[in-house]
Amino acid sequence: MRAYLKKVAAIVWKDILAELRTREMLSSMLVFALVVTLVFSFAFELAPMDTARLAPGLLWVAFAFAGILGLNRSFAVEKDRDSLQGLMLAPLDRSGIYVAKMLSNLVFLTAVEAIILPLFWVLYNLRSFPLAIVLIVPLGTLGLVAPGTLFAAMTAHTRAREVMLPLLLLPLSVPVIIASVKVTALLLSSNSLSGAGGWLQLLAACDIVFVVLSVLTFEYVLEE
Amino acid sequence: MDIPLEIQTENLVKAFGRHYALRGVNLGLGQGEGLVMIGPNGAGKTTLLRCLAGLARPSEGKVLLRGQELTGGSGELRRHIGFVSHETLLYDDLTPAENLRFYGRLYDVSHLESRVDQLLGELGLGQRSDDPVRTLSRGMRQRLSLARALLHQPTVLLLDEPYTGLDMQATELLERMLLEIATRGRTVLLTTHDLPTALRCGSRLAVLVEGRIAYETRQGTLSEHELRGIYRDLIGAKSEGIPQKGCGHRLERHPR
Repeated sequence: MRAYLKKVAAIVWKDILAELRTREMLSSMLVFALVVTLVFSFAFELAPMDTARLAPGLLWVAFAFAGILGLNRSFAVEKDRDSLQGLMLAPLDRSGIYVAKMLSNLVFLTAVEAIILPLFWVLYNLRSFPLAIVLIVPLGTLGLVAPGTLFAAMTAHTRAREVMLPLLLLPLSVPVIIASVKVTALLLSSNSLSGAGGWLQLLAACDIVFVVLSVLTFEYVLEE
Repeated sequence: MDIPLEIQTENLVKAFGRHYALRGVNLGLGQGEGLVMIGPNGAGKTTLLRCLAGLARPSEGKVLLRGQELTGGSGELRRHIGFVSHETLLYDDLTPAENLRFYGRLYDVSHLESRVDQLLGELGLGQRSDDPVRTLSRGMRQRLSLARALLHQPTVLLLDEPYTGLDMQATELLERMLLEIATRGRTVLLTTHDLPTALRCGSRLAVLVEGRIAYETRQGTLSEHELRGIYRDLIGAKSEGIPQKGCGHRLERHPR
């Protein structure tokens, strides 16, 4: 298990190092999320009453679509340069490639969210910053990234991968996005998680199911 | 005395939908043996190497590495394989040293730093070890790809048309390096389009036509002229009524 984790860490570190050199993925995700946040902020001019109701939806739309941009690149980069074969040749259970890629995507999307979140609070004149949001955002992000990484590997082999990925991912992510929006809305209106138990359970269940199913099926997805 | 087989295929079939890329390939290579596989485009050379490397799952039959089936399991058996394709499998934005360090970690290479320095030195890349791979010439990248494949000291080396896209000088350099480094007691399978190259490398030579090994012989038994004639006959015959020439032999055809 230790050897497995060391190899997973090597792939994650390689992804981070390559991304720091090019900044292709992070810059496109960040610019997209910034544009969405700014455009909605100026277009809606929300009254304080409406902000708590609408802002969570806008926030998660920005996160979901920025995530799709990054996910699209994660396997496309490996496929275009054929380096995916290099990973597949390694003496590592193929689920390790999935786990590493999922963690890389999680790191990149979380980095974008860490920049967008405070900005969002300022632009939408949200008063208090509930600390629990720091727990909710990673839960929702994992629910997007776990199936997204699997579908990104699937669609990397297709010509219309930029279109195919959101078509596959968004319908499956509906429960995750709805639960994330509901919990965020509850946090904004009451500053606490009371009453969010059901949504949190749904989020956690989706995360577990998506990760387990993806780990089990990834080897077959990699094969032609 | 029989040499124990390092890598072996048993009735290997690979189909993509209704198209059969390999139609029952039986092949066995002992330790230190070198086989050069020639064949036209679409003969199944790359598919055969991908199956041998564990990159593609056979539709039927088996690939055995040291007597154990390659597909399935934790992938630990793949540690014994080094694979060089016409694509380099390298990361353009990382330096040669970073690429080798990354692959070294995947293969648990001991004394990684010294091994990376040694390989980069041996392959004449020491001066460019800190430049991004994308700035290297095609020949340098292919040498680096060879370093990547040799890094973990595999016992089986699979080379899929490693000379593709190289000029004559780079081809000669790579060929010399392959002979010097890659064949030190390793089992080598090399595919190529180039008949003179095919005659210079390895201890055995085989012709793959339409997914079948149509002809096989020991090296040193054919001149280039004879090989060219046999090759032309085999390609022209499209594996129908394949003539037997030289001291090579036609292999049994799969029923498909």
